[in-house]
Amino acid sequence: MQRMACSFPDEVLEHVFSFVQCDNDRNAISTVCKSWYKIERWSRRRVFVGNCYAISPDMVIRRFPDVRSIELKGKPHFADFNLVPDGWGGYVAPWISAMAAAYPWLEEIRLKRMVITDENLELISKSFKNFKVLVLSSCEGFSTDGLAAIAANCRSYLHCRNLRELDLRESEVEDLSGHWLKHFPDDYTSLVSLNIACLGCEVSFSALERLVGRCPNLRTLRLNRAVPLDKLANLLRRAPQLVELGTGAYSSELRPDVFSNLSGAFSGCKELKSLSGFWDVVPGYLPAVYPICCRLTTLNLSYATIQSPDLIKLVGQCQNLQRLWVLDYIEDAGLDAVAASCKDLRELRVFPSDPYGPEPNVPLTEQGLVSISEGCSKLQSVLYFCRQMSNAALMTIARNRPNMTRFRLCIIEPGTPDYLTLQPLDVGFGAIVEHCKDLQRLSLSGLLTDLVFEYIGTYAKKLEMLSVAFAGESDLGLHHVLSGCEKLRKLEIRDCPFGDKALLANAAKLETMRSLWMSSCSVTFGACKLLGQKMPRLNVEVIDERGTPDSRPESCPIDKLYIYRTVAGSRFDMPGFVWTIDEDSAMRLS
Amino acid sequence: MESKVAYDNDLNLKATELRLGLPGTDDREEQTLFSARNNKRPLPDTSKECGSKKKSDAQHVDNETAPPTKAQIVGWPPIRSYRKNNLQPKKSDQAEVAGIYVKVSMDGAPYLRKIDLGIYQGYPELLKALESMFKFTIGEYSEREGYKGSEYAPTYEDKDGDWMLVGDVPWDMFMSSCKRLRIMKGSEARGLGCGV
Repeated sequence: MQRMACSFPDEVLEHVFSFVQCDNDRNAISTVCKSWYKIERWSRRRVFVGNCYAISPDMVIRRFPDVRSIELKGKPHFADFNLVPDGWGGYVAPWISAMAAAYPWLEEIRLKRMVITDENLELISKSFKNFKVLVLSSCEGFSTDGLAAIAANCRSYLHCRNLRELDLRESEVEDLSGHWLKHFPDDYTSLVSLNIACLGCEVSFSALERLVGRCPNLRTLRLNRAVPLDKLANLLRRAPQLVELGTGAYSSELRPDVFSNLSGAFSGCKELKSLSGFWDVVPGYLPAVYPICCRLTTLNLSYATIQSPDLIKLVGQCQNLQRLWVLDYIEDAGLDAVAASCKDLRELRVFPSDPYGPEPNVPLTEQGLVSISEGCSKLQSVLYFCRQMSNAALMTIARNRPNMTRFRLCIIEPGTPDYLTLQPLDVGFGAIVEHCKDLQRLSLSGLLTDLVFEYIGTYAKKLEMLSVAFAGESDLGLHHVLSGCEKLRKLEIRDCPFGDKALLANAAKLETMRSLWMSSCSVTFGACKLLGQKMPRLNVEVIDERGTPDSRPESCPIDKLYIYRTVAGSRFDMPGFVWTIDEDSAMRLS
Repeated sequence: MESKVAYDNDLNLKATELRLGLPGTDDREEQTLFSARNNKRPLPDTSKECGSKKKSDAQHVDNETAPPTKAQIVGWPPIRSYRKNNLQPKKSDQAEVAGIYVKVSMDGAPYLRKIDLGIYQGYPELLKALESMFKFTIGEYSEREGYKGSEYAPTYEDKDGDWMLVGDVPWDMFMSSCKRLRIMKGSEARGLGCGV
């Protein structure tokens, strides 16, 4: 048998392996035998590191010597909602330095929630001979000067470098000047995707126009709010091959010549499938996109502060829509219309227009979501902000849509019960996990007892990510989840009465997960120390801006806790407000 | 809603009831009841001892009988900050109530135009709009020398009937005092532009 396995030359095996792209499958291949491990590691081209502190750059480089594409994630998800203090970490610098030396042929860097500086960007722009793709998702720490370096070095005569993608998705960029765009050389023509929607400043418009005009393969262009509407038509005429467009501000004085120019330009874009942007919408200009609505598969109107009738007119024409993001201005009536027109809908996100107002400002209730669940048979992914919910509605939704894989419900007021029965929403969410057997992601809200967690532990066997806030009654709740959810990878909890018991009883489970976040719960420092000592392959980070946890009684709850598995040991870049516990039982300060 | 219907149907004893409360306190009583049922979350004992006040404060506020000024909870509802920023309407309140339409005349043009000052965020935007509307270029503005580099100067008539150079006063002040706009051309413009 062994002889048979070795009878294939390495090149043949490598060729076979090249058809296997999925990380899990490649990991499985590498465990078959030593020779397969060796061939696999030399031929692995794409690496995904879900937590940049789970492993060190050197370890990755040692195992995979010839990587062309890397994806790294830094801060925990709750950093999106300002729960992670500034300076916590997620610095990409050590990765860039190591890769600049070890991977001269690196083509793609994708980062999420990481801190990247202008120096890092400059190093990237100069180090990789064939650099093609830079995606910075929810990153921070850099300015438009860093972008200028990327632009200036996007093309290299010495090497074969030709940048294809520059995507700044929702990153926080320090806007020093809009001139960075001028740094793209005049003979640079290989841009395929440009997303600058997050930039605040005005970019040099003439440079943008010229860039768009000379890149025939441009398929994605997401502009920022500062690009005025009357300039949009010219851009579109230079790039009629666009597949994805993000407009700038969608407002201008209503003028027939501007309108017809815009409408004509949109009509010329026969490949356009995705629209976003739509800041400051003047409803009178919406009909300019009507000609292309029937081809749209993605529509992001989550910045469009227009009212339901205008939204209905627009969305009603998008029969092929698969993904819709919208503000709650759409109202239940609008969602009824969506349910009737958009039969191919896979993903719906409804954001709140007035999240901090004490009273509902629009008639958007659980009914809208129920209608969608009835009308849209392909619905898989939901993010829904609303102010009232009932168990009955949740049960209806669950029975209608057992194919749901992502269900995130945010009832705006914490602890809101079923508005019809005033009961907790346990059975409603229980129905969701029971019927939706392939559910991968779930976010809870409303009034919830330990019972909902019992349902989750019992039924949510495919659940990978769970977000919990202001829910539960005791440690039993947390215990149900940790002991029942076999596929759980990420668990984030805030403001729940979960303490030490469930955590310590399920310590081994934590090594099977990527990470656990708990803030404003009842975990004590004593338990954290115990966990840190018992589990050497976990980093137990206590985040507390009130000063050293030793200055408070050991039974006092800590502020924030972030636990993640790692083979790299404690990290070296912890700020003063993060404490971690070593196995030698001494409390280690950063 | 249901309770209000009930009151309509019965003898409206509530109105004639002798109570110690101030008139018009009915709603607040119901609100107290409802919010008490809302907040069944048990408080962990330790949070009180250690004085970590965030959660308990939020609950306490909800339980008050007076219309609650909600203590804003950090990171809740879970919305990214760039979304919150984008919800702020950029237009001034003034513009939302009624458009501030003013006539715009250009020396040499056959007819006048009208624009809504309220849709612009500041001078640069207004000037760009004027440039594109009348197909001309305005020069660079400086406090000392007005608009240099062009034979046009944008002016406006203020509340006192005087013709002023656009750009001297803060934008909001300009918006409230501008009655009409005139784009002056040629020698007339230059005379206005020079610091007199």
